[in-house]
Amino acid sequence: MSGDNMLAGRVWKFGDNINTDLMLPGPYLYQSAAAQAKAVFINNRPGWLEEMRQGDVIIGGFNYGMGSSRPAARSLRNCGVGFLLAETINGLFFRNSVNHGFRAFECPGVTRAFEEGDTAELSIEDWTATNRRTGQTLAVTPVPKMLLDMMLGGGILPLLEAQGLIAPKPLP
Amino acid sequence: MGMTMTEKILARASGGGTVKPGDVAVVDVETAVLMDMSFLPAGWRDILKVHAPNKVVIVFDHLVPAPTVQAAQAHRTGRAFAERFGIERLHDVGPDQGIAHAVVADRAYAVPGTVLVNGDSHTCAAGAFNCAARGVGGPDMLWAVTTGKAWFRVGETVRYDFTGRLPAGVSAKDIFLSIAGTYGAHVNQNVEYGGPGMSTLSINGRRTLATMGAELSAEFVIFEPDDALLQYVRERNQQPFEPAAPDPDAVYHERRSIDLGSLEPLVALPDAVVNNSVRISQVAGQRIDQAFIGSCANGTLDDLAVAAQVVAGRKVARGTRFIVTPGTQAIYRAALKAGYIETLLEAGAVVTPATCGACSGGHMAVLGPDEVCITASTRNFKGRMGDPSARIFMGSPATVAASALAGAIAHPGEFFRGDAA
Repeated sequence: MSGDNMLAGRVWKFGDNINTDLMLPGPYLYQSAAAQAKAVFINNRPGWLEEMRQGDVIIGGFNYGMGSSRPAARSLRNCGVGFLLAETINGLFFRNSVNHGFRAFECPGVTRAFEEGDTAELSIEDWTATNRRTGQTLAVTPVPKMLLDMMLGGGILPLLEAQGLIAPKPLP
Repeated sequence: MGMTMTEKILARASGGGTVKPGDVAVVDVETAVLMDMSFLPAGWRDILKVHAPNKVVIVFDHLVPAPTVQAAQAHRTGRAFAERFGIERLHDVGPDQGIAHAVVADRAYAVPGTVLVNGDSHTCAAGAFNCAARGVGGPDMLWAVTTGKAWFRVGETVRYDFTGRLPAGVSAKDIFLSIAGTYGAHVNQNVEYGGPGMSTLSINGRRTLATMGAELSAEFVIFEPDDALLQYVRERNQQPFEPAAPDPDAVYHERRSIDLGSLEPLVALPDAVVNNSVRISQVAGQRIDQAFIGSCANGTLDDLAVAAQVVAGRKVARGTRFIVTPGTQAIYRAALKAGYIETLLEAGAVVTPATCGACSGGHMAVLGPDEVCITASTRNFKGRMGDPSARIFMGSPATVAASALAGAIAHPGEFFRGDAA
């Protein structure tokens, strides 16, 4: 795999209605973004952060990211998740994914097509996801270009920095 | 092709023409509401330019009066920001304090036919005012405040037509619990409310229903404008506006009709708001430790009036804590004047200052391990109001007040016998 539009990673499966509080538990809202990234799934899947590797893939079910406006997508990006594929993605979580530069895509049928530990390949050019073990390929719902550019470009904040609208601040 | 209310407002705010499901609309934001959580250091960035200070509103709400040093620091950051850019609509701790969505309603900051954003998920509350209002993230807020813009993916719309009138003792919360129980989540969809029965709902009732749209995972939640709404807004906001009604040939994903007269009080079981509603008879008698009425969904004057009606001349059960949190200090004062506060206090309720408080588990009645609560607020997720082992049932203010008296989940019907529908 090479190039920005082709990605691959080891699969971790999560179910339906994974809410933002599970990715970013309430008490961590008052801490730094770096500390928040060390709290992902600590209540529903303790130990996962130690097992996952940079570039791993989350596969979710329906309404992934339901709940609050908290920057859960930023925590997934910061803890090293390569991309997310889900049956459906909550609208507010998707906004935060685009705006924080986290790759999150809808892929109907993805829950059944992958087992935990499989390798998922994603092509953002062809809008497909492939299970390397089974060879099965699914269609990924394309993200409109404006939003995709923002997502792949690191989100809104770099744009605002470049335009002199907010003061620069290094990522955690 | 005709447009729904959501499509019309987004089209208008993106410079005219039309929008349809699947489009991305970049729109002018009429009102950008920042809250205290926006100013926490993990999300806030030093803003160098504000697009239009008169379009920005700042409300400290989740953490007021400040319960922690971090909250106090966030308030300081917010005050300094308001001062630096001359933002006049600052709702600090004091007489103008309240939950952002309730303040927006009290003051009619939500302008019909326009776009409003806030970094809190229950921003759809302002949909009661025929406003395309959406909860967004921290970066969205920085973008809106510095450029006056926001982006939205246009979703399909589900339209609900109300007929009839609610029976006495049944409220907007029960309409919501019925919709959430029957139809579940509305991911990536807009929800629009109208029909001949809509105008029988008070503005406050519409606010409850609009606020709870966040729990349907809806994009936008918008009520049709009627005379009562237009009068309400004109009495509070001098700004000219143009409400948006749906086109007669608007295209809906689905159109559903609800007879308000057929509804009854419902309760959502713990841990999930949608697909989780049951009749009260199924849970009646469940012992509770705490009963709570408050939040952007149920801190209205109507909600306090109903609670007072239920507990008037009666006592909260021994061993049960009954916490009532008005949505704003203005609502608190109105309830005081109407006698509701005295009635609640006499019955044994604790009435707190206006804040998100117990609803978001931040302060003012946090739940301990294994405790049971019935709440008239926004969410019953595991751990939402305190310890993850606590169980949170959700009902209407009438159901919660009746349960506070019984010390167990109870049907409110007996307190409304003889009331006209």
